[in-house]
Amino acid sequence: MIGDAMALKQTPLHATHCSMGAKMVDFGGWDMPLNYGSQIDEHHQVRNDCGMFDVSHMRVVDMKGDGVRAFLRYLLANNVDKLQSSGKALYSCLLRPDAGVIDDLIVYFMSEQWFRIVVNAGTADKDIAWMREQAAQHAPLLSVTPCHDMAMIAVQGPNAREKVWQVLPQTRSATENLQNFQAADCADYFIARTGYTGEDGFEIMLPAQQAADFWIALHRAGVASIGLGARDTLRLEAGMNLYGQDMDETINPLEAGLAWTVDLKSARDFIGKSALLAHPPIRKLVGLVLLERGVLRSHQIVHTAHGTGEITSGTFSPTLGQSIALARLPIAVQVGDTVQVSIRDKMLNAKVVKYPFARNGKSLLPG
Amino acid sequence: MSNPANLKYTTSHEWVKTETDGTVTIGITQHAQELLGDMVFVETPAVGRKLAAREECAVVESVKAASDVYAPLAGVVLAINGELDSAPEKINADPYGAWMFKMKPDNAADVAALLDVTAYQALVDNEAH
Repeated sequence: MIGDAMALKQTPLHATHCSMGAKMVDFGGWDMPLNYGSQIDEHHQVRNDCGMFDVSHMRVVDMKGDGVRAFLRYLLANNVDKLQSSGKALYSCLLRPDAGVIDDLIVYFMSEQWFRIVVNAGTADKDIAWMREQAAQHAPLLSVTPCHDMAMIAVQGPNAREKVWQVLPQTRSATENLQNFQAADCADYFIARTGYTGEDGFEIMLPAQQAADFWIALHRAGVASIGLGARDTLRLEAGMNLYGQDMDETINPLEAGLAWTVDLKSARDFIGKSALLAHPPIRKLVGLVLLERGVLRSHQIVHTAHGTGEITSGTFSPTLGQSIALARLPIAVQVGDTVQVSIRDKMLNAKVVKYPFARNGKSLLPG
Repeated sequence: MSNPANLKYTTSHEWVKTETDGTVTIGITQHAQELLGDMVFVETPAVGRKLAAREECAVVESVKAASDVYAPLAGVVLAINGELDSAPEKINADPYGAWMFKMKPDNAADVAALLDVTAYQALVDNEAH
């Protein structure tokens, strides 16, 4: 145990979390805060007011040079031509040639010489290796540079932006007119109106050595510290996929609820396109709400009139007060169907629903 | 929160209280609730069910994970705490008050064989390192 703990990577905020009494856990090789007290209280804090998350384990990768747009047009499943004004961001999958998902990411267009990409922590090394391998073949003059001296803090919730402006008043004018999925580069602070909670807010990249002071200043302004536990229930209520759970290299985006992020209409070629066209989806990702008492969990088997499937992410939803899940089921299953989930020695009824389940503090379920 | 000295304990983190009539009351310990975090669902055994020692007989689920609860000794289930159906969070707030079920032991001497508070505290301290 002790040897493992010493091998875990730490973000620039590690000591701050420990001094605030966080319960720390191994998350993909990083020693990260699971919660600082009650995970359910932290969840409600974000839905009703605001909270902050240390997401410094995620990796920022800058891609710079001539032709960066043309390269990303080929590298990513979503179409970077949707990004036409500086600061605009796009969610996309990075696909293998067989259309398996290498990672999901956000790409920011800053200039025709500079796109910034943020990838997941556990996949960062393989992502960068893949990007470099592809760049070597298709755009050898591009630089692909991970930023290691950076911290990232997400401030999320209906009052999040006001709290950030209270602490960083100098950034207000540059960020108050940001649309969703748009970022501004404010000297030391790269501020994006993005997040992983279904609430308004910012994700802020800043120099690592300033992270602890910024965190403490937000804390003094009344922003609650939120751990990975609540981050997972918030993102699941918001219907957002988690890499490694809802999709991975064996799953294509059309079977992971991500068809909206894949541009199959334009003539543009991209890695994975021909495989997607050759293999229409036979499964789809749906939302489930448990109709009985219990908790849906990943890997539970789901029985439907059209065959079986599996839960990819499940939890108890603090906002809804009942259990919810994402499940990959046969494509013929429809919203409104009742399905059965194997939980230990029982078969419990669940209803197929549209997701997201909750956003901006409220349930989105009918009735 | 310290573990009460008048209770017995198991290596799987149940506490056992011997009542004056020889029946036992069972719940999960402070250490167990702290590990699991916010409790959202409790499944208790059916009243009248005969249990073997160490048999899986109940489940506690937090937001984070599901965890089995084991019968600390052989016996019959006499009662369950129905209050936990609608308020599982009572286990977090008061683990030694929020009992889960009561049993009549087959053999009263089995209680004595469980861990006392010193042995249980040593087990918890050992897990923490």
